[in-house]
Amino acid sequence: MSTNTTTLEHPDHQAKLLDKTSFGFWVYLMTDLVLFATLFATFAVMRTNVASGAPLSEHYNLPFVLVETLLLLTSSFTCGLALLAVRAKQSQLAIAGFGITFALGACFLGMELYEFRQLVIEGNSWRASGALSSFFTLVGTHGAHITIGLLWIGVMMWRLATKPIDANTVRRLTILSLFWHFLDIVWIFIFTMVYLLGAAS
Amino acid sequence: MLHLFSNVADGLLGRLGWDAFNHPLITWGGIIGMVGAVIIIVGLLTYFKKWGWLYRNWLTSLDPKKIGVMYLIVAAVMLLRGASDAVMMRGQQAMASGGGGYLDADTFQQVFTAHGTIMIFFAAMGFMFALINLIVPLQIGARDVAFPFLNSVSFWLFVAGAVLVNVSLAIGDFAATGWLAYPPLSGLEYSPGVGVDYWIWSIQIAGIGSLLSGINFFATIVKMRAPGMRLMKMPIFVWSVLGSMSLVMFAFPILTATLAMLSLDRLLGMHFFTSAMGGNPMMYVNLIWAWGHPEVYILVLPAFGIFSEVVATYSSKRLFGYTSMVLAIAAITVLSFLVWLHHFFTMGAGANVNAFFGIMTMIIAIPTGVKVFNWLFTMYRGRIRLTSPMLWFIGFVVTFSIGGATGVMLAVPAIDFQMHNSLFLVAHFHNMIIGGVLFGYFAGLTYWFPKIFGYKLNEFLGKIAFWFWLVGFILAFVPLYILGLMGATRRLDHYDASLGWQWLFIVAGVGVLFIMLGVGTQILQMIFSYFARRINRDTTGDAWGGRTLEWSTSSPAPVYNFAIIPDASHRDAWWWTKQHPELVKKPVYQDIELPRNTGAGIVIAGFTGLVGFALIWHIWWLAAIAAVGAIITIIVRTTNDDVEYTITAAEVAKIEASRSRA
Repeated sequence: MSTNTTTLEHPDHQAKLLDKTSFGFWVYLMTDLVLFATLFATFAVMRTNVASGAPLSEHYNLPFVLVETLLLLTSSFTCGLALLAVRAKQSQLAIAGFGITFALGACFLGMELYEFRQLVIEGNSWRASGALSSFFTLVGTHGAHITIGLLWIGVMMWRLATKPIDANTVRRLTILSLFWHFLDIVWIFIFTMVYLLGAAS
Repeated sequence: MLHLFSNVADGLLGRLGWDAFNHPLITWGGIIGMVGAVIIIVGLLTYFKKWGWLYRNWLTSLDPKKIGVMYLIVAAVMLLRGASDAVMMRGQQAMASGGGGYLDADTFQQVFTAHGTIMIFFAAMGFMFALINLIVPLQIGARDVAFPFLNSVSFWLFVAGAVLVNVSLAIGDFAATGWLAYPPLSGLEYSPGVGVDYWIWSIQIAGIGSLLSGINFFATIVKMRAPGMRLMKMPIFVWSVLGSMSLVMFAFPILTATLAMLSLDRLLGMHFFTSAMGGNPMMYVNLIWAWGHPEVYILVLPAFGIFSEVVATYSSKRLFGYTSMVLAIAAITVLSFLVWLHHFFTMGAGANVNAFFGIMTMIIAIPTGVKVFNWLFTMYRGRIRLTSPMLWFIGFVVTFSIGGATGVMLAVPAIDFQMHNSLFLVAHFHNMIIGGVLFGYFAGLTYWFPKIFGYKLNEFLGKIAFWFWLVGFILAFVPLYILGLMGATRRLDHYDASLGWQWLFIVAGVGVLFIMLGVGTQILQMIFSYFARRINRDTTGDAWGGRTLEWSTSSPAPVYNFAIIPDASHRDAWWWTKQHPELVKKPVYQDIELPRNTGAGIVIAGFTGLVGFALIWHIWWLAAIAAVGAIITIIVRTTNDDVEYTITAAEVAKIEASRSRA
């Protein structure tokens, strides 16, 4: 870090930037939540519209989804640990933490894609009925977010590996971690509303 | 598994073939005009060697004052496009008694769909974000918006959407479904062509831009206000924008999701809104209006804010009932989410549901009424200057009150059953959108013009334009109320001669011509004022004896807006400062950091527009390449640390000394 501190690197300037960015990102997450809420509402309306197919609950494999859930929850935990390492300016630890987060997220995504593939092979694709359309879209939108998150984690790991941790890195990783936790919360709702309540009904 | 993704075997260019250029003569006229205008602009830029200037000073700028001007230009172009659609429609209807006219039914349908889509998404939204960009940072005493780069991305996404709408005129066709594209008509079964896809992707891309802008300005207002500006000290325009942006944040994600679902129905053969296989078309209607009704208030709240500033300034009084004004804005913001069902009372939701939404709709008229009275009381015993913004205001009060009254009529479900889908409804919402939104934005543009460009608009031509608009408006829409009561439904391309409707349609057509005279006068006003700018120059920075902070800096404002961040601990802070000149201290300048220009916004939006175009035509490889291009650009930009530059205190002092304002 340069010793010649211009106003741009001034701690005050950086603190304001972090404050502003976290706030803005929170606001963005809330709008994303509205988007998910729309998909949840559509799913709630359409989940019984199976046309000639079987009820959605017959497609669910709850232990499988439980493993997915545990993977994602654990990844949130490791993401939190990684952020602590970032704050402590421990690049290697941070890379390890985000590496584990990435691996867990990738496993989750792989399992989700496997579940989708099984459904399609059994003839229950998104084309089969309105209920399946809303199922694939709701769960798939979450999966798309996870994909973006993985890409983002990858980019930030590359940065951690190539540059010392500065205020820019901390700020970006702070909002990345917000994003990851947010996806976890959305998943909890999917797990509850789509799978658990679906299987119970 | 490929059959899951594509409905037809597509070639290398997807559905794109020579028949995409198979247009009726009238469309060719439009295409030639559009292409001609582009060629002339490109030619002029090349001849005068202005490309570098355009790129460096405008296209890559992150300065909200410049982005605002660009919004203004795009919105004006789209307003003209939408207005010419209006002229075509009324021309057709004036001629089409007993059949005939000069437009075939399919073209007519595309024209009214394009008119609504363009006017709401590209003219009104663009005009609104123009004024917000230009004024909000100045009014809150900030140097910039919260996220300058995001602002540039938003603007260029908006442009990408606008470009797609205009491309649809030349390559392929536009939706023929009405501006909200209800399924199942807009589904694959009944609209297999590219029209609905153009509609989806143009507003999807522009809508994401609007959503990002909403987040940006919400954060700007919450986080960037000058010291001392508590929430209840904010100018009312800022309050109205805060309300409007809150609505954007809650409403636009619904639009994004809804359009995505319609698109999935069309691209991947899903069954959200189809009439078979468990689809539910009414779900679409619910969702689209859960966005669509707040959208009306997104547009009109800033207009209310503008009138609050205009009336207070030109009455030389502080605004009457500031607190009630804020409460009214907050009430409208909340209530606007509880009325969406009044757009489809006839859906059959049942009497109790209809009654609830009818009553909520009537209730929302109350805070709106509070605002009208507050403005009138502000004028009461004020020293009123009847400038053209005040004329727009008075015209607004008259037309908006009529529109409000007919709105309350339509809010009664029993009446709505008779009137829905009629020209009465069309007249009602034009009363709100033209008389409310557009008049407000015109008032705001005239009022803030000196702040934006450094010189005032010619008042004489401005007043002429107002009278053309007002007379034209009454002539164009009073006949529609009458026609609606006589049973004329909307979107008719012809009607039976025995109905005796033709003379009313002719009167409405004459009204539209008057409005076009108003538009022409406004263009003349811009040109004339530009050439007379030496006489009309605003040398004080405070052109009208203003009250709020934007008038405390020079006109136009320097790139950093304020050399010293102003103190805003009083409501109407600039007015207060003017009353207490003894408290003004000698400025001590400091370094100022501002964002560097970047072309990343235009590149990201360009790729996104290309993704849209490729998905419309099912050119899958192009969609994939463009998406990767957009993602790489985003990664490159967001990993860049060197995004700001510093203007040193000495440079600030030099700029300040050279400014027109002493």
